[in-house]
Amino acid sequence: MSGRTVLVTGVSRDLGRTCARSLANDPSVERVIGVDVMPPRGDIGDVQFVRADIRNPVIAKVIAREDVDTVVHMSVIATPGSAGGRGTMKELNVIGTMQLLAACQKSESLRQLVVKSTTTVYGASNRDPAMFTEDLEPRRPARNGYAKDVAEVEAYVRGFARRRPDVTVTLLRCANVIGPRVVSPVTSYFRLPVIPTVLGFDPRLQFLHEHDLNRVLRHAVNAGVHGTFNVAGDGVLMLSQALRRLQRPGVPLPGFAFGGLGSALRSARFADLSPELVAFLTYGRGVDTTRMRAELGFEPRYSTAEAFGEFASTLPPTGGRTERVLGAVAERLPEVEPDRPPALTVAGGTDG
Amino acid sequence: MGDAEIIPIGTRGRPGRGTGTRPSAAARNLAGKSRPTPKSEPPREEQPPPPAEARAEKAAAPHPPTAEPPATEPVLPLGEDVVPLATLPPSALTPRLEVSEREQPGIPVGDWLAAVQAAAREVFGEQWEHQLAHFLAFLRRRLTGDYVVDEFGFDPEITERFFLATLRPIAQKWFRIEVRGAENIPAEGGALIVSNHSGTVPVDALMTMVSVHDHTDRYLRALGADLVFRLPFVGAVARKGGATLACAEDAERMLAGGELVGVWPEGFKGIGKPYSQRYKLQRFGRGGFVSAALRTQVPIVPLSVVGAEEIYPLVGNVPALARLLGVPYIPITPLFPLLGPLGMVPLPSKWLLEFGEPIRTDEYDEGAAEDPMLVFNVTDQVRETIQQTLYSLLMQRESVFK
Repeated sequence: MSGRTVLVTGVSRDLGRTCARSLANDPSVERVIGVDVMPPRGDIGDVQFVRADIRNPVIAKVIAREDVDTVVHMSVIATPGSAGGRGTMKELNVIGTMQLLAACQKSESLRQLVVKSTTTVYGASNRDPAMFTEDLEPRRPARNGYAKDVAEVEAYVRGFARRRPDVTVTLLRCANVIGPRVVSPVTSYFRLPVIPTVLGFDPRLQFLHEHDLNRVLRHAVNAGVHGTFNVAGDGVLMLSQALRRLQRPGVPLPGFAFGGLGSALRSARFADLSPELVAFLTYGRGVDTTRMRAELGFEPRYSTAEAFGEFASTLPPTGGRTERVLGAVAERLPEVEPDRPPALTVAGGTDG
Repeated sequence: MGDAEIIPIGTRGRPGRGTGTRPSAAARNLAGKSRPTPKSEPPREEQPPPPAEARAEKAAAPHPPTAEPPATEPVLPLGEDVVPLATLPPSALTPRLEVSEREQPGIPVGDWLAAVQAAAREVFGEQWEHQLAHFLAFLRRRLTGDYVVDEFGFDPEITERFFLATLRPIAQKWFRIEVRGAENIPAEGGALIVSNHSGTVPVDALMTMVSVHDHTDRYLRALGADLVFRLPFVGAVARKGGATLACAEDAERMLAGGELVGVWPEGFKGIGKPYSQRYKLQRFGRGGFVSAALRTQVPIVPLSVVGAEEIYPLVGNVPALARLLGVPYIPITPLFPLLGPLGMVPLPSKWLLEFGEPIRTDEYDEGAAEDPMLVFNVTDQVRETIQQTLYSLLMQRESVFK
């Protein structure tokens, strides 16, 4: 597999850029070509940047001229703000993917396609199973927004896989990527000084560390396994637990008010609480990663809790006063072993 | 000056509209009968109490000192009166406290400490320091989020220490639950407990969870309807308590993971049935629980619950309101909504829980779950077992409440 030429789309954003760089460092990859509408904002190392819009057929010429054999599609974006509005975002996501796949279908040299998708395709509702496996459909199909874009992108990718059975198609459904430098709807939500939550709901969350995202994309390019895989760190974190680990105060709001706050925050550019993110923060979601381990052979280095912990350590706490008081009291008391203490009822009347 | 001291009614400035030398008539009326111009003098010189005591009293009665300063320094601006109070020498402060607090003798700090220690000993026992440290460690773990939930959102710590601890007295003292055949619950490995459902509100599921945990030391993982997870608070608490959605994927995942899973296949038809149909089992769903057990080859333990039917005898329903709220029924019981919140207290019926002989599913071959006839047969077998056990338990029961 030496002398491979990899084309990466969406390198103007941080995740695409770092992924392209890590692919360029891979010994089995000879050349990495980064494609995007805008030039990347940071250092792209050995990556060769081609300014091209994947929404028009120019991309086919790039693939043919550079003799690309692997395409890593990373430009399905979740934030309308960065793209310049919801309309542009949909154009970029859906039409861009269509054009890219059309170009790929024409390409003789292409052997592998890796698409970074997201677990948002599963939606979030009260009828969800606890853990989604790759074969499950969303219980409530998305009707608009990012989730619908992703569902359409995946449908086109499946169509492409049907028409070009000789190409290995790896579809990676990644859980919410988190990390100190990641800018996404979820990270901007957690960066709010006071975090609104939906009253009476405590969703389960799963995260993927940004390093693990780069690793899994590299692994997918190298392993060449056909199929759809959920990618997420081990374990789940409840939202309440996440807020306590962040040491930031949460403000529970009734469901209807939460949606209204979402649009207010969006217009103030603080955070982007899109309807699918509101559903996610209400009902939560878990994905099963058995297939990722067994078939793809990938093992994330960070668990969900560790990935979140690293993200949390970069944010200054804005709450946690009670904990500090309790800590001060605890220091005056004798040491106890950190594991589960002996059974002690909350009333505390049974043992004495 | 002596006059102003006896007017602790919250005004900061000079009382009344008076000339400044004498309070107005209204202010004098407010001050009441005690106009002790001579009386306030003696204690000031006589008995200055120890400063420690005064500090304890200051915490207990903060009002008199805030009312005092205008008397000593009449020109003081309103906002600043707290600052000079702190800088006042204790001798200037304490006598006045003594005036207003003479009826309540102060409690020395040492007594407070002793009382706190005695209370701690009372609550936590002789080893109270250790117990308190343990309790604090628990509190801090909860506050920093330093605990683990499983993939279904089950939080064993809060379940054991809070949910089960709260429900246990209700199970033992209010319903006086009697458990029979607890040895039929496998001590380890996956098993599916199938129970009848009754009682208007799924209290029977909660009581079964407590009873199973107390008799086998295992957590019963309940399968709940999607309505449970749509409701705020209910859904969040259910997930923390170990419940998950009653769907084939989750049931098989839990059973394959070796959990003890509880299912109430009658669903809303069971708990929402009128009182006249008590102890008559409804249709057992579509037999999905049997397919799940067959696929994972775990035993099915039938459970018959007697007593739950009588906690809220359902005599009526408001279908229009129920449709409006999107719930299966709005219950009307003899006490609810007639007595308001009081009508929500369940009647203290005596409960009997009997776990039947496990029905083995591991002897069927691989494709058994795909055979609808077999699934129906096993479903009927489970249903009949529970129905027969219910009848025999009802025969043995002396009365509803005894």
